[in-house]
Amino acid sequence: MKGFKIIVLAKQVPDTRNVGKDAMTAEGTVNRAALPAVFNPEDLNALEQALRLKEQFPGSTISVVTMGLPKSAEVIREALYRGADEGYVVTDRTLGGADTLATSYTLSQAVKKIGDFDIILGGRQAIDGDTAQVGPQIAEKLGLTQVTYAEEILSVDPEKRKIVIKRHIDGGVETVEGPLPLVVTVNGSAAPCRPRNCKRVCKYKKATIPAERTGDNAEALNALVAERPYLNITQWGAADIECDPKQIGKAGSPTNVKAVKNIVFMAKESKTLTSSDEDINNLVVELINDKIIG
Amino acid sequence: MANYYSDHPELEFHLHHPLMKRIVDLKERNYEDKDKFEDAPVDYEDAIENYKQILEITGDVAANVIAPNSEAVDLEGPHLENGRMIYASKTYENLDVTRKAGLYGASMPRRFGGLNLPNTTFSMLSEVISAADAGFQNVWSLQSCIDTLYEFGSEEQRAKYIPRVSAGETMSMDLTEPDAGSDLQRVMLKATQDPDGTWRLNGVKRFITNGDSDIHLVLARSEEGTHDGRGLSMFIYDKRDGGVDVRHIEHKLGIHGSPTCELTYKNAKAELCGDRKLGLIKYVMALMNGARLGIAAQSVGVEQEAYNEALAYAKDRAQFNSKIINFPAVYDMLSRMKAKLDAGRSLLYMTARYVDIYKALEDIQRDRKLTPEERAELKKYSKLADAFTPLAKGMNSEYANQNAYDAISVHGGSGFIMEYKCQRLYRDARIFSIYEGTTQLQVVAAIRYIINGTYNQVLADMLAQPVAENLQPLQARAKAMAEKLAACIEKVKAFENQEAQDFLARSLYDITGNTVMSLLILDDATRAPELFEKSARVYIPYAEAEVARAAAFIENFDINNIENYRMA
Repeated sequence: MKGFKIIVLAKQVPDTRNVGKDAMTAEGTVNRAALPAVFNPEDLNALEQALRLKEQFPGSTISVVTMGLPKSAEVIREALYRGADEGYVVTDRTLGGADTLATSYTLSQAVKKIGDFDIILGGRQAIDGDTAQVGPQIAEKLGLTQVTYAEEILSVDPEKRKIVIKRHIDGGVETVEGPLPLVVTVNGSAAPCRPRNCKRVCKYKKATIPAERTGDNAEALNALVAERPYLNITQWGAADIECDPKQIGKAGSPTNVKAVKNIVFMAKESKTLTSSDEDINNLVVELINDKIIG
Repeated sequence: MANYYSDHPELEFHLHHPLMKRIVDLKERNYEDKDKFEDAPVDYEDAIENYKQILEITGDVAANVIAPNSEAVDLEGPHLENGRMIYASKTYENLDVTRKAGLYGASMPRRFGGLNLPNTTFSMLSEVISAADAGFQNVWSLQSCIDTLYEFGSEEQRAKYIPRVSAGETMSMDLTEPDAGSDLQRVMLKATQDPDGTWRLNGVKRFITNGDSDIHLVLARSEEGTHDGRGLSMFIYDKRDGGVDVRHIEHKLGIHGSPTCELTYKNAKAELCGDRKLGLIKYVMALMNGARLGIAAQSVGVEQEAYNEALAYAKDRAQFNSKIINFPAVYDMLSRMKAKLDAGRSLLYMTARYVDIYKALEDIQRDRKLTPEERAELKKYSKLADAFTPLAKGMNSEYANQNAYDAISVHGGSGFIMEYKCQRLYRDARIFSIYEGTTQLQVVAAIRYIINGTYNQVLADMLAQPVAENLQPLQARAKAMAEKLAACIEKVKAFENQEAQDFLARSLYDITGNTVMSLLILDDATRAPELFEKSARVYIPYAEAEVARAAAFIENFDINNIENYRMA
């Protein structure tokens, strides 16, 4: 069989897992300069699921798509290092300020342009916005089935074009079946992504998009890409993927941030109990009444 | 995220040694792979960049997978099931992740799926993996047995086995038997030929590290009626052919991640590797020299980890209203641990560079005739590699034990509790100064070069190197050590007594090791004072005292007193 055509959606995000005191600006927005840019963690979980499918079904290909600044080509390189076959960076000034509606529109246009896919995988959510909306919105825009909170792709039947997925739900897991093509968003509890591969890093370490081949090294980098075409990562602007200018960037984003506030969590009322039998009895009664224990 | 490579810039320093240019140019044969393989470097800078990337990957896997698994592996260990060895469950995870990272076939040419790394870089990977789990480092680094198959096997055997090792199949070297430990001439495992020429192996091997591996190199007696090393040949046993079972797995003090097996060979089909009768005298010597350098790297990894554990504890633990790191008795231990680590590592990589130059030239020699200059270079570095391998292995395996011991001392009572990592390091390190030749046998291997002045010549060359002006007083002290060494050698020679020389060999060895490392750390401190000056200023006074101790023993040695040492 020819294998599956898999698309992985990935995002470069500020690393909000290691936040220092200068992580927020005075205006209450994220100070991107103070936080290292990383591969969104759950997108790595999604990439791992794609890589496992590729191992299981030889001939499968993995295309990784990201939208962001030119430097987000770094996530494409990271994906190539781990086993992805090709990457696309959607970058354009007109795309700035996009909310989830405009982002999902833009990414769905990119996915359509790639075309002929069987499975679209992405992380459940990105650690900068924590919305978990982009994956589901893309599925809606493409008119596809979606499975969210996936933990593991259990099986795919290429003949019947069915996929069986274990997904995370409150208090457990459930197993669902869906038709191909479909959109799957992967939860952080899924298998962690494998490390970079030595040979692939040696091969792809100088892969770039055209926007990165500027400045003093431009000539050398362009010569290298001319000699080794696999070092070129595709770069698309809004026009390349036939975006409606009204649906992208700030113009296409109905979300308006009115204000951002720093919130300090405060403990509400607290009680001090002693180890006396009376206090313990009262606590047990209270917990039973509140249906916390029973 | 933690990274066992990039967290220690002292490691990268050794990647930029002036000799590396020559090594990489030779190993990459002037970068002839660049048009054939997409992962091949185009020039020296590109090759070094590749090494760094590969080390980064290894450091990541070591810190984030292998190290977190190490405690579970230590507690579970391997077990026996129907004649097969089953690793601790987390060992399979370690194998899987290192395979996906592509860390196998590291030293092999790209045409066989390898990474074509020089030994210097390979030793760095070894060190980093050992720091995470010394037991797993054995399982991983036994891939370097393939160097011997590559060197002495046929082109057909290379094509059959090397790609499998590059894909992550494991190896073992089946040498020792119940009655053949340090003395491998006693090997009895029998190799016989069927009428059609097929070789069959019968017998028992014992203490075989990773003994249920996929591809074995086996030392066996092919010449009936012989009783010494000249009747032994080397064979390749492929587990896919069957015929070898695991009879027993040893319960060991440490390195529980590394299964030690007793094997029974029952008519096991095997292939002869290289020529008959050269098994021990040529091939196993090559195998052992490589393995000894591997143990030196394994030792340095544990020296580093023991120091890290002790340092972290001393910074955190408070007694008498102060962090204990502030007490002279504690920082005395910590500073010496760091100094031994830096000096021992420098000795490891110097030795690895010597090995690299002669091995790369030997490999070129398989394809074309060397020029007279290249032949001279090969001879020079081959001799240096032979001289320095037992020094790097012996000194570092002792340092690993000393650092592990001191790490427990720094921890106090907590160090004796099984919850702390330092107790595992202590148990793991103990084997380093035993296997692949005990320290006592490293002394035997080195003494020839001590007596014939090989080290003296290297020391003289090193003393001729300029050092930073502020380090010159230390260089003068190192020079005095070298002079003491020369005087002690003369004193020992003057006895004209073999037993006295054998008895005093360890003292001479200690003087040599301390003096060599003093000069190495001075050179490192000259080139990178921010990394090594502190260690140079701690190491040299320490080494000076060690030299004085051993020299006093030799200087005051009365040959008539040897009677009182004999215990039989």
